[in-house]
Order: sequence, then C-alpha cells, then structure tokens
Amino acid sequence: MRMKYQFAFFDEGSKREIRRATLKAVAIPGYQVPFASREMPIARGWGTGGLQLTLSLVGKDDRLKVIDQGSDESVNAVNIKELIGKTTGIAITEETGEATLIQSRHRIPEIPLHAGQILVLQVPLPEPLRYFEPSEYETKKLHAEQEYSGAWLMLFEQIMKYGHMSTGADHPVLVHKRYVMAPSPIPRFDNSKLNDSEALILLGAGREKKIYAVPPHTEVVSLDFEDFPFVVEPFQGVSCRLCGARGVYMDEVHDEETGETLYQCNDTSYCLQRLNEKRG
Amino acid sequence: MDYVQEPVLSVRNLNKQYGGGCLNCRGAKADRLIKNFCPVCGTVYACRDVSFQVYAGEILGVVGESGSGKSTLMECLYFDQEVDGGEALISSYKNGEANLFAESSQQKRYIRNHMMGKVYQNAALSLKMDFSALGNIAEKLIAAGSRHVGRMETRGRELLEHVNIPSYRMKERPKNFSGGMQQRVQIAKALSNNPPLLLLDEVTTGLDLSVQASVLDLIKTIQRELGISVVIVSHDLSVIKMLADRTFVMLDGQMIEHGLTDQILEDPQHPFTQQLVQSLL
Repeated sequence: MRMKYQFAFFDEGSKREIRRATLKAVAIPGYQVPFASREMPIARGWGTGGLQLTLSLVGKDDRLKVIDQGSDESVNAVNIKELIGKTTGIAITEETGEATLIQSRHRIPEIPLHAGQILVLQVPLPEPLRYFEPSEYETKKLHAEQEYSGAWLMLFEQIMKYGHMSTGADHPVLVHKRYVMAPSPIPRFDNSKLNDSEALILLGAGREKKIYAVPPHTEVVSLDFEDFPFVVEPFQGVSCRLCGARGVYMDEVHDEETGETLYQCNDTSYCLQRLNEKRG
Repeated sequence: MDYVQEPVLSVRNLNKQYGGGCLNCRGAKADRLIKNFCPVCGTVYACRDVSFQVYAGEILGVVGESGSGKSTLMECLYFDQEVDGGEALISSYKNGEANLFAESSQQKRYIRNHMMGKVYQNAALSLKMDFSALGNIAEKLIAAGSRHVGRMETRGRELLEHVNIPSYRMKERPKNFSGGMQQRVQIAKALSNNPPLLLLDEVTTGLDLSVQASVLDLIKTIQRELGISVVIVSHDLSVIKMLADRTFVMLDGQMIEHGLTDQILEDPQHPFTQQLVQSLL
C-alpha cells in the first residue's frame, strides 16, 4: 500500500495548534501549556510529545538529529528518524553542530548548542510537583501562587532518608525566577546546560498533553539547599575507553569476564566525532 | 508598661454564606430565616457580621453548638474559604492596615505561611501523611523561606520533642501514628514558623481523655512560652474553661455573647448560653 502523506505527517491545522501552544510556552518560560496531543503512529509514552513538536516545527531546509539516551542508533531514535525522514524528505544528520532541529530523549548533547538550533526534549512527567500533590487542579493553583515548598520538600525527604539529594534524573529547576519545571529525565549532569542556553529548548509531553520551553539565554537554576548544594554526577579520574574524553557524561560498562568497570561516552556522536578527528 | 494594646487580629463584619440568597432572605431580613437557613432558596448563612479582636498573648475561645459557624469562621480566617464580606486585619502584615480578605491569593499564601498556624480537627487536612513527621515540619519552614536542611532538621526535632514524639519515630510517616500523635505533629507543624497567631479548630475532639489532657497542657505551655495569640474553637466547654481567657458564643452564624470566660460560664446572659452552660453541669 502506498499512501501519500501530508508533509511532516500532520495536517496543517494540527501543526498550527501545536505551534501556537509552543509560542505561548516560549513567551512564559517554564510554564506548562496544555495542548491537544494527537494520536500518533507510535504509542503514547514513547516520545509522542517530542515527535509532535518536531513535526510541527520541521521545514524543508531543516537538518534533523534524533538521540535516545545519548545514542543516535537506538531503535527508538532510528524509527522516529525514519518516520520524519519519510514524511518530509529532509536531511538527517548525526552531527550535533550541523543539525538545526534535535529531538532527544533524556540527554542534552555534549557539544554546546549554538544559536538558531532547537532542542526538543521528550517528557514523561511534566509536573515537578506531582509526587507531592496528585491533583492537577491543585498543582495548577500551586504554580499560580508560586508555592513551591513541595518541590523542596521532596529533596528534603531524600536528604532525610539517604543523607543526600537522590534525584538520579529530572532534578527540578527554577526557570527565570518564576516557574519550577521538570527538566525531563536528563541526568543532573545536563541541568547546567539548560542555563543561559544559546539554543531554544522545547519540552513536549504527549501523554500528559503539555508543552513547555526554555528560551535562549534564560536563567535556569537547579533547586538545592544552602547546606546541600546541587551537585552533578562525579566522573573524577575517569576517561572514555574509546576516545579518552574526560568531563563528559559517561556510561558505566561492566566487563563480566575480567570484572573490570569501564567507562565510555554516553553521547555516541560526540565520541565518534572525537575518534574521527584523531584519525585525521 | 504599654497599656494601650493593639489587637493582633481584628475581624470586622465577617460574612459567609453558602448559596446565592434570594428576595426572601437577602438584606436585613434575618427574621425570615429558619435558624440560619432560608427555606425559600436553601441558602445557609454560616457567619453573619462576626466581629472580634484578639490581643497579643491571649487565648480567645469560640463556643457554640454544631452548625453554628465556628469552623466556617476558622476556615475563612485561614483562607480555606472565600468570605462574602467583612475584613480582617493582622498587626504584623502591612501595619495592620490591609484587609487580608482583599489580598491576592499569592499574598494570602504568604500570610498563611509566615503569620499563621492552624490545627485542624482532622489531621489529614494539614499533614502530608506519606511524608516523614520531620518533613511535615520542614514543609511549613520551607514555605516560610528556609533553605537550610540542618537548621530545619534541628528545629523540627526540637518541636517534635516538645510535643513528645520520640526521636526514633521522627522520620516515620504520620500515617503510622495514632490519632493523638498525629494531632501533636500537627501542633508542632503549626508552631514551626513562630506564628503570631495560632488557630485551633476542635483539636481535642475524638481524642481519649488522657491524650486530650496532654494536648491541652501542651497548647497552654507553648502559648505561655512563646506568647502567641490563639483562637480556639470547641464545642467542649471544659476545654474552653481550661484554656480561654475570653470567650464568645456563636449561634446560627451570629455572635450572641462575649466576655471573660469565667463570666460567660458563671453568669451567662443569653438563653442559649444559659442552656449550654446548664448542659455542662
């Protein structure tokens, strides 16, 4: 069966509705804008929020990159790339610097983003206060009244239980001194990349029907306490086994035969780029 | 000594009704109501022109039968409910010149977090049952601006010790606590930011006598030590007798009698108060 799809899969009305929500999100940094999440050819919870943003924004001159937990070649990333490639015919790239539109699941690339780029992050749970307050009606009021003790309380409870803040990913941030935002489950390591970013960062939650944004050069501060400052995952004295990089986010690889613990770059395209440069 | 005291809280003509009202009951047509209920449109006039003052370091008791508007009054004061009219001034906020009810919801939140504490009859209304007891106290402290874990933990432990929660249970969830313990955690939470005003709504109802005694004792001790003002609502006259310096009596949403507690109990003027005091003896 050969079906002729609309450019970028969506009808123009859908694109317009999503772009409108996106514009509102950019105008109010960190505020979760509700939108009519579409039925997609992939299941909700598999990146439909990000995919809808990407499809509503993509133009004929765009170059697209899709990452899934740092990898350009995971099943999820490949399928999303295929869908967008087939319905738009635009160029797909793996190089961060070259891409104009980057859809990512839970990582911000190691190579600093530049002005003009758009990073789209997939979000499973957009509400940073959800654990504290299950009702959407209530959390909306808490945001309106800027009542964020719940977000700090979650961190306080972690310190009481474990002696330190134990957010592995999705550590809440304060955007533009106003809204507390869930940065999507990026590692704490990537939180600092949200601050004063050159690129526009958009976050989409398809299942939860929310779009929010961090516009370029917005102040983003990770929540912490005076005596328990925010810390990122430490990778001290560790280098990538493939490219030798230091000070980037690493995957821990356990070799069962030798019992050794090895590290390698989580961002595969960054690693590959470094290896290519070495070869010359 | 300063003899002219400014009230910590003054409430003027507080009105609260449930329902829109109709031609039959609107305005000053109180005589057409059955108690505080309009038989035509079903509107309930929960608080009608309630005015009173609370001075520094005093305990003001509010008594009345069930349905007389005591709890509604407390909910209005803590902004749990919107009022339909009247004003409240609190001396620590904008020099006591701003009507609290007219402030924005953000400002109301601020006043609640910084200048008030409330203990509910039902502990689940103010406690987060799934967070630790210490966390519950920290919640109020964080809301009041604290961002220092060490100091908050010390303060929490101090307060919980004060209300006799053993230190080995402080990190436990109030869900696992008995009703009396929950109530005591609530009191600790309400006191955590040193509020100049504490609102107590039927704190001892439903607790057994020995726990009641210890909770009342605790309130009295804390109030004396910290010199805070307290408004306590109860339908139990013995609680009022033990705690309150001054008392007012509510009936059908109106304040029918007020005065020193002893005076109200020994020499009640209004027939309803007389009946109330009679039934105590």
